[in-house]
Amino acid sequence: MSTTTVPNAIDAVFAQLKIKGETALIPFMTMGDPDLDTSVALVQAAEAAGAHMIELGVPYSDPLADGPVIQRASERALKNRISLTDCMTVASSARARGVKMPFILFSYFNPALQLGLERFFELLKEHGFSGVIIPDLPLEEDSETRALAEASGIHLIPLVAPTSEARVERIAANAKGFVYCVSSLGVTGVRSTFHEGIDQFLSTVRRAASVPICVGFGISSREHAERFAGQCDGVIVGSAIVRQVEEALPLLTSDNESERKQGIQQIQDFIAELKPRTSAS
Amino acid sequence: MSHAGQVPDQHGRFGPFGGKYVPETLMNALIELEEAYLKYKDDPDFLEEVRYLLKQYSGRPTPLYYAERLTQHLGGAKIYLKREDLNHTGAHKINNTIGQAVLAKRMGKKKVIAETGAGQHGVASATVAALMGLECKVFMGEEDTKRQQLNVFRMKLLGSEVIPVMSGTRTLKDACNETLRYWVSHVDDTYYILGSVTGPHPYPMMVRDFQRIIGLESREQILEAEGRLPDVVVAAVGGGSNAIGIFHPFIEDASVKLLGVEAAGRGVDTEEHAATMTKGRPGVFQGSMSYVLQDEGGQVLPAHSISAGLDYPGIGPEHAYLKDTKRAEYVPITDKEALDALSLLSRMEGIIPALESAHAIAQVLKIAPVMNKDEIIVVSLSGRGDKDVESIMSYLAAEEGTQP
Repeated sequence: MSTTTVPNAIDAVFAQLKIKGETALIPFMTMGDPDLDTSVALVQAAEAAGAHMIELGVPYSDPLADGPVIQRASERALKNRISLTDCMTVASSARARGVKMPFILFSYFNPALQLGLERFFELLKEHGFSGVIIPDLPLEEDSETRALAEASGIHLIPLVAPTSEARVERIAANAKGFVYCVSSLGVTGVRSTFHEGIDQFLSTVRRAASVPICVGFGISSREHAERFAGQCDGVIVGSAIVRQVEEALPLLTSDNESERKQGIQQIQDFIAELKPRTSAS
Repeated sequence: MSHAGQVPDQHGRFGPFGGKYVPETLMNALIELEEAYLKYKDDPDFLEEVRYLLKQYSGRPTPLYYAERLTQHLGGAKIYLKREDLNHTGAHKINNTIGQAVLAKRMGKKKVIAETGAGQHGVASATVAALMGLECKVFMGEEDTKRQQLNVFRMKLLGSEVIPVMSGTRTLKDACNETLRYWVSHVDDTYYILGSVTGPHPYPMMVRDFQRIIGLESREQILEAEGRLPDVVVAAVGGGSNAIGIFHPFIEDASVKLLGVEAAGRGVDTEEHAATMTKGRPGVFQGSMSYVLQDEGGQVLPAHSISAGLDYPGIGPEHAYLKDTKRAEYVPITDKEALDALSLLSRMEGIIPALESAHAIAQVLKIAPVMNKDEIIVVSLSGRGDKDVESIMSYLAAEEGTQP
């Protein structure tokens, strides 16, 4: 199919960063927490804060891979009956407001399956997504999804974990976009320590992968981001940002316009603070 | 119809159902578990240890009891009760926990975790953990810890830690999620004793194999008592472990009708039920593809049943396969019908069934009278009702309270 030759925006961003010697900052946010308009504003704020691409999280009733912070965000969003397609509209709305960075959808498998996988990829394309992460779809189950992703030019970004061992090679070899390295055993969320073999693990993935590698799960500060900056091409920050959103809810849901702006500014400042200071900058 | 022994395939697939839909962190643990299980499942020493414990510790074989008074009362088919309620700890759950604990020990694991709804699987896990000297944590929805305080105390008495789950619905569904999350964090030294034929491969296959003893014994016992196979085998279905256990050895006997009974709660036309087969559709939930109660967008819906053991929006993938291949049929029974059946069995036979099993009995009350007297029904009496006495009291009190 000719569509596969269209360059993917994720690849382009990593290529630019490589030239500049920078590490990608990839925030994650739960869509519809507290509402879709705020999500659009937060995506704009993330780009203004220096994010290079962003993961838009689809709320799910049974988020197995997530810790309490993202679980609570999902529950809040689901109370507003936010659907998978609602989440996708955040990307197209943000794009319409001038956001340039690539969008990656983060969704558990069932919502995509119920929409219909073909329709899912059509809509991802329509709304301007470049990648998708499905945390409960391991290699053994992904063949149909992978084929549809490739046909539509969207990267299906795989995860590898410190327990993946021999699987790393198989997963990384066919990876598109980047390899998402899970920093430690456990669910998403802020933690004080990483898996003890993390450095060894990252170098194993590095050797096996022909695409960039990014690290996520438990990255919550610039100190963490800088710790990994030399070993990988990007850091993903989720729960720490979602928690900031949670703490700013009184502002973000205020009737007062300037309080809402203040809430969004707080999140923007927090994301800007996360950006690793590399020697080049 | 050829079936037994052929599913699941090497990918854990029962037709389109089953599989392993879990975070990557767990994949090697599941592969390790599958390898260990395949290594031991035909190992004579392993089988002998399981057999010994089932017999000397749990009291197997359980009787297949001819319910003569109930049969006469209904005036139709002969009704036999497979008395799983007479197992140690009062339900079929221990068949599986014995098997898995022996396996965990063989795998060198010293810590085990389990999820529980009403507490039956939690108690059965805590029991075998005590027996084998394993450290055990049981995850239980906070709502359920309130509804089933006695079982919480039992588990603590047996030396297990009970962890109340505060997320989501605070019932079985979220207890399963939390157990999986804990396993993701402690996968290097912890064995997960999953309590039903649900979840990712190899659990649906392995738990089925450990529960097949129910059907194997029933088959032998009915042949001995009647010299022929039953016409119908009936069992209640939540996740579906007692049902698959009693169904499986009859699957290749085309003359035997297999009837699964799911919980209709306040009715399948209300929003308060757990009728996964009647009202659900295929989806991926808690590690496998099967029928799921879900909304249009694929969000899993909360289930309702008076029976905490059936109060679950999913069902094991092999049941989904048996439904779609039309080898088994699944029908709903309401809270009210189950309670009426519970009362009747208690008064007719002096057996108080668990609320789960009362659903199966309720279906028997519907079919037995319209069957011939020379026909035979075998029904799985999966557990005893002592644990439910409090819920029944409060349900009846509430019902009376609503009357003018």
